[in-house]
Amino acid sequence: MSDGKVKLATVWFSGCSGCHMSLLDLDERLVELAAKADLVYSPVVDIKEFPEGVDATLVEGAVGNSEHLELIKEIRRKSKLVVSFGDCAVTGNVPSMRNSLAPEEVLRAVYGKGDVPGLEEGDIPKLLPQAVPVHNVVPVDAYIHGCPPPAERIWTFVRKLLAGEELELVGEDLRFG
Amino acid sequence: MITLEIAGRQVQAEPGQTILEAAESAGIHIPTLCNLKGLSPRGACRICLVEVTTWRGKLVPSCATSVEEGMKVVAHSARLRELRRTILELLFAERNHICAVCVSNGSCELQDLACELGMDHVRYPYRFPGLNMDASHGKYVVDHNRCVLCGRCVRACSEVEGAMTWGFSRRGVDTLVATDVGSPWVDSKTCTECGKCVEACPTGALLDKRTSVAEQEKDPEVLSQVTERRPRV
Repeated sequence: MSDGKVKLATVWFSGCSGCHMSLLDLDERLVELAAKADLVYSPVVDIKEFPEGVDATLVEGAVGNSEHLELIKEIRRKSKLVVSFGDCAVTGNVPSMRNSLAPEEVLRAVYGKGDVPGLEEGDIPKLLPQAVPVHNVVPVDAYIHGCPPPAERIWTFVRKLLAGEELELVGEDLRFG
Repeated sequence: MITLEIAGRQVQAEPGQTILEAAESAGIHIPTLCNLKGLSPRGACRICLVEVTTWRGKLVPSCATSVEEGMKVVAHSARLRELRRTILELLFAERNHICAVCVSNGSCELQDLACELGMDHVRYPYRFPGLNMDASHGKYVVDHNRCVLCGRCVRACSEVEGAMTWGFSRRGVDTLVATDVGSPWVDSKTCTECGKCVEACPTGALLDKRTSVAEQEKDPEVLSQVTERRPRV
């Protein structure tokens, strides 16, 4: 926070991008957010390397493939706060519905016989045996429930973050789904 | 009348009443899940655990423990909050509670408890069991992925409807609710298709056929409405 602005990052793992869409639903509040925070890494900005010294990273999605696994470890090293952003990151949610099946069974059902992307390491990252919550892989500092989290809930959280307050959400803000 | 103390308040109760009943009539809230008015108490889920100070701090399910003269009951404490949250996390970890695609999303007692008990995440590894649904019946579906084994369907079926269609099959973590000892629901010779089991179910485990995400409405109070209208034997 050298220039007084919070360094904020967001990342998109096994999820539908709905949480990011809900973040954009902050609407005019995005102007206020932009005045107080810089988005230093995100699917919506064109930065390839995850930077050092990030204040908070919002993680959308479950950890579902080898790339997610590598990146979340890097994110944890380089972020003061890691936040599970939405039900997929918090519980595994819809991506975890494949978890009782073998990855090959899942991939073959979609791509059929022959070469299947994601079965082995290659241009497409290898699918992990299960899509798991972020806190199963690295320590997580805070949780935002919802599929997607409503914009109001995101704003409640972001305001606490910007004010340096306790990040715990309570009551109705802990509703899944 | 019996006088006891719950959550630091003097409470009057009838002999034979449970701690939960005494607390509720005094306006003291204790979270519950497997308990349902109109059905016999079971003490299956342990969400309603309380601490009886006069029994050397023993933990008991308030739904299934009778009041006693001079009893002192702790209904809310840091210890109870942690225990209740742990129990809730284990329930979430045991099956596939995918709220976002559940018929009961937004009207689910398990989901409500996560809010009430402050469950921001589940600290235990999810089991992700491979469980089936039985959609053979023309009116209702059972989805074992969402079942918490509270047994409210089993009790509603035997105690209120008297059909005894529902029971439990298998054991331990593999336990499943089952119609007619495990035959497909459509083949049940005992089911009267009354739907009380669906109304009694606290989650999306029992649903009306052709309901989609967040569409299932339930009225668990219908069970006590039926039993209260019955003549006392």
